[in-house]
Amino acid sequence: MKYIAKSDLNLFLAAAAKAMKVYVPVDNTSGKADYKLWSEGTVVSGALHTTRSAKDFFFPQTENLVEFKIDHKKIDIIDPREERENFAIFGVRACDVRSFDILDRVFLSEPVDTYYKNRREHSLIISMSCDHPHETCFCSAFGIDSSEPAGDVVFTTAAEGYYVSAKTEKGEKFLADIGYAFEEKDESGAEEAKAKTKEIMARLPLAKLETSAFGAGKTKEFFNRPEWSELSEACLGCGTCTFVCPTCQCYDIRDFKTNTGVRRFRCWDSCMYSDFTKMAGGNPRLTQKERFRQRFMHKLVYYPENNDGIFGCVGCGRCLASCPIHMNIVKVMKKLTEESK
Amino acid sequence: MNETLIPHIGVVTDIRIDTPDVKTFRVLTPDGKKPFEHMPGQCAMLSIPGVGEAMFSITSSPTNREYMEFSIKKCGCLTEWLHMMDVGQEITIRGPYGKPFPVETDLKGKDLLFIAGGIGLAPLRSVINYVRDNRQNYGAIQVIYGARSKDDLVDYHEILDEWMQDDGVEVNLTIDREQEGWDGHVGFIPNYVKELAPDLKKTVLMCGPPIMIKFTLGGLTELGFQKTQIYTTMELRMKCGVGKCGRCNIGAKYVCKDGPVFRFDELGELPDEY
Repeated sequence: MKYIAKSDLNLFLAAAAKAMKVYVPVDNTSGKADYKLWSEGTVVSGALHTTRSAKDFFFPQTENLVEFKIDHKKIDIIDPREERENFAIFGVRACDVRSFDILDRVFLSEPVDTYYKNRREHSLIISMSCDHPHETCFCSAFGIDSSEPAGDVVFTTAAEGYYVSAKTEKGEKFLADIGYAFEEKDESGAEEAKAKTKEIMARLPLAKLETSAFGAGKTKEFFNRPEWSELSEACLGCGTCTFVCPTCQCYDIRDFKTNTGVRRFRCWDSCMYSDFTKMAGGNPRLTQKERFRQRFMHKLVYYPENNDGIFGCVGCGRCLASCPIHMNIVKVMKKLTEESK
Repeated sequence: MNETLIPHIGVVTDIRIDTPDVKTFRVLTPDGKKPFEHMPGQCAMLSIPGVGEAMFSITSSPTNREYMEFSIKKCGCLTEWLHMMDVGQEITIRGPYGKPFPVETDLKGKDLLFIAGGIGLAPLRSVINYVRDNRQNYGAIQVIYGARSKDDLVDYHEILDEWMQDDGVEVNLTIDREQEGWDGHVGFIPNYVKELAPDLKKTVLMCGPPIMIKFTLGGLTELGFQKTQIYTTMELRMKCGVGKCGRCNIGAKYVCKDGPVFRFDELGELPDEY
């Protein structure tokens, strides 16, 4: 099996960067990491998570959709998109890799979102197994194995290096094209590393989080539960959870007047915001309770109902770490299933 | 590939003042064609770049081969701007969106009862004219329409000069309060519907303000109508129009693509959040 020592990682990345742009997680000041474009001298972060999820690569926080040139009563419509280049994202964890499937089901279903599709098609996912999952991790609750992420190329993390394998044709071609000479090593090291990760996962505090009460067809059961009031009581409506969430995909479309015309862009939006559903005629979600409920019902009931039972959460734990009032999907799930236990 | 979020140019070729706060806009492509084909009940995204984009029901019937019409009430930012436009102004248009009224399936061969309040006539006008133009496919037509005053009746002249002249079309108009020059019925829609006690065989298509819908639905149920024979069309805030921007959902259903037309028994299955 292909193997590369941790100390040689930059040699691999240098070879990869000759073929395409490569984004890698780099330490930031908050003890987490951000994706940065790799160049000679870049140090890849050992952090478990990037602060923001990898969804940014396909569904950026803001993106121009269309431009208008306006001359009195006349309008010209311009598609602002340019030819896109191939790029690779290195070090994507199992949870974030799964989030791409969840986003795909929204953006690639008919009618296809071509902005998203275009980015997706030009991407190569180099995933990395987790060797030190955090206590906020609960990907296993959603059937994700952090020791065996999906992706085009998978790096299985071992003590001194990585075992490397291609999982897709695209990944195989990439490895062949960049021609990096990996060492060959017995597979047992990779299996050992995976077993170690699985063992840690099983001991994590959220390992036994139960999802079976939720899913398609549970709207009536959960929508009017009195617990929503208490759960949402302290919610500030800041939207941080939606912004760090790898699967939150709601967006707004707005116009911006430039000197020469109008630029129509889309940007992330949040169901936690009061004006998300506000119309001239009123607002169907009047208080934070309704907005809060929408977010969790979407992930736990509505999304599965529309997507073959798949939950809209990957258990990355970012919201657990970032919510200013320490509310999160785990508390919601536990509270709503408390009595039925 | 169909670029959903990139609109097309529409030219406003005619503006009709319907009521003090409703105007009907005729929209064509720059080369004088109908922007696209649609079915009754479907919607389109209209926008004035720099102001905003919003979903509007298409008021004209698909049987109108020449142009598309939108009856729009002035009630928010974009609609204020639309009302300030002059003929010849270009706007943007994209669509059609949503599921239409089942005019070619469930409604075929049925006696139809249309109940509309105020601007709620806009989406139903498309169906009424479609049915009038395909008269042989449907039974009797009854339209119960009410507004605040005589001046607030949208499409009043079309109602008087065309609908009321048709055989097999019964039109019942009502206004909320007594008004000089009005010798028709006075009173709210829900009560008027109960007074008229329409035949229980009719399939109902209803649109209007939420409060009217609520009480009329109650009235119809009292009369003995089943929820499975009553349709309505919904409206929530929308941005994309294709079920991706995430804001117009009622439970797991998106109004933009699973609606806007719902049958009341389907609507009853959804959470009460609209």
